[in-house]
Amino acid sequence: MRDRGWIYSGLGLFLILVTYPFWQNLRAGVTSKGPDLRRPAEAKQCVMPVSYMRTSHMDLLASWRENAVRDGVRTFQSADGQTYNVSLSGTCITQCHASKEEFCDRCHNYASVSNYCWDCHVDPRQAHGSAR
Amino acid sequence: MILDRKSFLRLTGLSVLARKLVAAVTPKRWAMVVDARKCLQKEGCQKCIEACHRMHNVPAFAEPRHEVRWIWKEPFERAFPSQENLYSQAAFRDKPFPVFCNHCDNPPCVRVCPTGATWKRDDGIVMMDWHRCIGCRYCVAACPYGSRSFNWLDPRPRLTQMNAEFPTRTKGVVEKCTFCEERLARGEAPACVEACPEKAMVFGNLADPASEVRQLLGARYTVRRKPELGTRPEVYYIV
Ligand code: HEC
Ligand code: HEC
Repeated sequence: MRDRGWIYSGLGLFLILVTYPFWQNLRAGVTSKGPDLRRPAEAKQCVMPVSYMRTSHMDLLASWRENAVRDGVRTFQSADGQTYNVSLSGTCITQCHASKEEFCDRCHNYASVSNYCWDCHVDPRQAHGSAR
Repeated sequence: MILDRKSFLRLTGLSVLARKLVAAVTPKRWAMVVDARKCLQKEGCQKCIEACHRMHNVPAFAEPRHEVRWIWKEPFERAFPSQENLYSQAAFRDKPFPVFCNHCDNPPCVRVCPTGATWKRDDGIVMMDWHRCIGCRYCVAACPYGSRSFNWLDPRPRLTQMNAEFPTRTKGVVEKCTFCEERLARGEAPACVEACPEKAMVFGNLADPASEVRQLLGARYTVRRKPELGTRPEVYYIV
């Protein structure tokens, strides 16, 4: 049993490596709490029920985009019968959520989602002066 | 009422259908008539270009090979190379004519687009879907009027101010004039028409015999750019 030292240190190294992500997350202060989103201040009800938006807001945006650009349908009737302009910057951000950073980005960063929409669509907060 | 995914899709589908129906009942064919004599009245006037480019976040690149433009001025002999009448050319030589997408009735750019990112709408507008543009530049090569620009560089640093209501574009995407379809949808005239101090640009519905464009076309002699190519432009010039 002359290899005992090797075996235990190998096992120890293995354990450290396997559990490394946990320590890393502990150090970075990540919790299971989820992102701290800033809820819309003015708007009480979203264009669609929250449960739908949570799972399918990207589908909704995709159909907004198709309808507006390809079919010229630029208004949207929401679940509660209100009519909204189809506009990513104008309606989603300016009218409802007030801040892209504290709402969309916080959750996307948390979930490691990246979208390229804002390469073109303008975050109203950055509208003055050249962005980026 | 809680809307599920299915009824949501059904609703949006219905609203698209309803719109197509309305379009079928009241036909529209957008066109523009440019009165060159009015346009040439104020030398060096750039109002239409400024209004359009500010509204649509069109970047200003100094280098011609990077240039992005929706509306610009072209010397008469370059804008109308097929006008062979030597004497009328002398009067207009080097005079700047406002040019932009002709929204051709037979658009060559649409035929070559491999992704369907550009197409002819029922109301005559040659529309562009920036989301589907893959930057192949076939359309740039196909357009005989130079109306399409490619973003060789990131446009954002070249914008001194951004209009948040209209998206910019990115590097690798083609862009052009859309007759301000986003303004038409709100019942407003195109930005250039509104900005022109001489009212040299008249915009309207060709399908309506009482419209101002039809009145003008009926009463005045007009020319179109490069008619011999068979693209049938929907932009007419009174010279
Ligand atoms: C290459 C640039 C570009 C990218 C990238 C882009 N868009 Fe757009 N988008 C545009 C342009 C230009 C319009 C046309 C605006 C108009 O006609 O009012 C538009 C229109 C829209 C519209 C309808 C009108 C409006 O202003 O909101 C929606 C919705 C939309 N885009 C959603 C998206 C989404 C979602 C993404 C990301 C997945 C995205 N877009 C990415 C350029 C872009
Ligand atoms: C509560 C979390 C959360 C919030 C808040 C949120 N998103 Fe998302 N979003 C997601 C997740 C998760 C995905 C990825 C889903 C997937 O990949 O299946 C996503 C995907 C997207 C996509 C599709 C990206 C792609 O490339 O396919 C778009 C577009 C999008 N979100 C737009 C927005 C906008 C605009 C906002 C703010 C108004 C927003 N989201 C707010 C969680 C969120």
